[in-house]
Amino acid sequence: MTRADPFPLIRTVGLDGVLVTFADTMTEPSNRAALAFRGALHEAGWEGVVESSTSLASAYLRFDPLRLSHAEVQARLAALLAERDWYAAPLPSGRKLWRVPTVYGTDLAPQLEDAAAAAGLDVDEAVRRLAQSRVRVLTIGFAPGQPYLGPLAPEFDIPRLQQLTPMVPEGALVCAIRQLIVFAGPTPTGWRHIGQTAFRCFRPGMEWTFALNPGDEMVFEPIERAELDHIRVHNEDGTGGATVEEIEA
Amino acid sequence: MSLIVRRIGPACTIQDQGRAGFLDQGLSRSGAADLRALYEGAALLRQKPDLAALEMAGMGGEFEATAPLRIALTGAPMQASIDGSPVAWNASHALAKGQRLSIGAVLRGGYGYLHLGGGIATEPFLGSRSAHLAARVGRAVAVGDTLANGPDKGETGMKIAAEDRFGGGTLRVVASFQTALFDGETLARFEATEFRRGPRANRMGMQLDSDGPGFAAKGQLNILSEVISPGDIQMTGTGNPFILLPECQTTGGYPRIATVLPCDLPRAAQTPPGGAMRFRFVPLDEAVTLHAAWLKDLARLSSRVEPLVRDPHDIPDLLSYQLISGVVSAND
Repeated sequence: MTRADPFPLIRTVGLDGVLVTFADTMTEPSNRAALAFRGALHEAGWEGVVESSTSLASAYLRFDPLRLSHAEVQARLAALLAERDWYAAPLPSGRKLWRVPTVYGTDLAPQLEDAAAAAGLDVDEAVRRLAQSRVRVLTIGFAPGQPYLGPLAPEFDIPRLQQLTPMVPEGALVCAIRQLIVFAGPTPTGWRHIGQTAFRCFRPGMEWTFALNPGDEMVFEPIERAELDHIRVHNEDGTGGATVEEIEA
Repeated sequence: MSLIVRRIGPACTIQDQGRAGFLDQGLSRSGAADLRALYEGAALLRQKPDLAALEMAGMGGEFEATAPLRIALTGAPMQASIDGSPVAWNASHALAKGQRLSIGAVLRGGYGYLHLGGGIATEPFLGSRSAHLAARVGRAVAVGDTLANGPDKGETGMKIAAEDRFGGGTLRVVASFQTALFDGETLARFEATEFRRGPRANRMGMQLDSDGPGFAAKGQLNILSEVISPGDIQMTGTGNPFILLPECQTTGGYPRIATVLPCDLPRAAQTPPGGAMRFRFVPLDEAVTLHAAWLKDLARLSSRVEPLVRDPHDIPDLLSYQLISGVVSAND
């Protein structure tokens, strides 16, 4: 970081919020800093705080401005920022690793070949690299429970499509700009549909409404179509055959 | 005790004050578009403002009481009658078993509210009864649905002097973290412009139209997606503003020029198509003072409730009212 670098940057959000931004681009360190700093905010448990969240490279805090003044919040944030190098901070504890069975390509995910070509790879090599990629939940948004995952290796810095695909189904694995998304519901998208899972990110009515948390990690392991069909028949819990383990802090 | 839905407009949902705390999971708060209307209904029925009511966008419906029930009507005024007799808006009424409450089209504003004594007692989801259709939480109320209420007792026949917020007007805003992406000339022009509510509007947001050029930020297309608050005024690629409402997304890449204060969001949400709106920036400390005053005012609404005297001005069509009553009593 150079001296002219304005980050980390503290800015107010509307009447009752404040945003701590660690970079103006999504990078591994800026996302790490946002997650770690938000974890510290959560642990601090300041009275008057209503909720906190992260976006790709920022942590957000909403508070009751009648109980906690903007000046006080900003002073506390500045003090917390000064405590350590947040870009090098360990990620919060309690994170999970999900291994999600995924059909790459076929008619279920018809834009795999196109994505591989955009990445300059043949299809087999693209699948091999994607299947080995352990990606982090960078942030959750656009739809409830829906993860933005990354960063993928630089060859997957492929642009979004100019023309939207009218509809991809729930559980679709899509790729663009070194990121993956597992869609929480049927949606139009400009990202390329490269795989299909039976993983449900948003499970209203079940014990865990939201499957994932920011900072969790995911691996999309290749399976055959017949296996996915089998998983779909026995998918009462919505995990789509995924396994989950704690990531040791 | 409950109401059976016999007829219903296309965009009626159950709403309370929404569910906070799930921003991190991509779920915005939802909740009533006109929070003040929830408080007015609670004051009329002398119950808590966190109970759920039926929010009716543009058009109401017909509801049959299965048992004696207290109701209140607030928000955007709509034509309302009980068994054909017109009844006052911004007031509480008693429904006898079998009586039918009819609520028609909105007369001014956008969202009317039907409150039940004891609140609408659906099963809460993540701490709230609010539907959030954009997030596939809950659904629109449909014909044949039953709106059950919670435990209740109390008076009816009361009215409240409601704040008129149904024709647009000036909305106070604060600068937010992306305001500085707009240059001084653009911000001055934004504040000097009279906007009209455009045709595109729902609980996610409402489009604003204006004459003259749009309001573009510098480097508009390269902004990282960041947190959204209800009340944010978002500039799309063409520089057209949208005011974001309770079902807005939790993050977005379009820059936001300012944020409407919570105290003026009911006025924003209730502005009808074509209604004129202006924006006025207030400093953050003044905004906090205004917010405190607003919350104090909401807490004191019950002091504005008074008996609904049958003043001729309260009865839209005096002649038909008397005629119908006469016929009904003659048949009794």
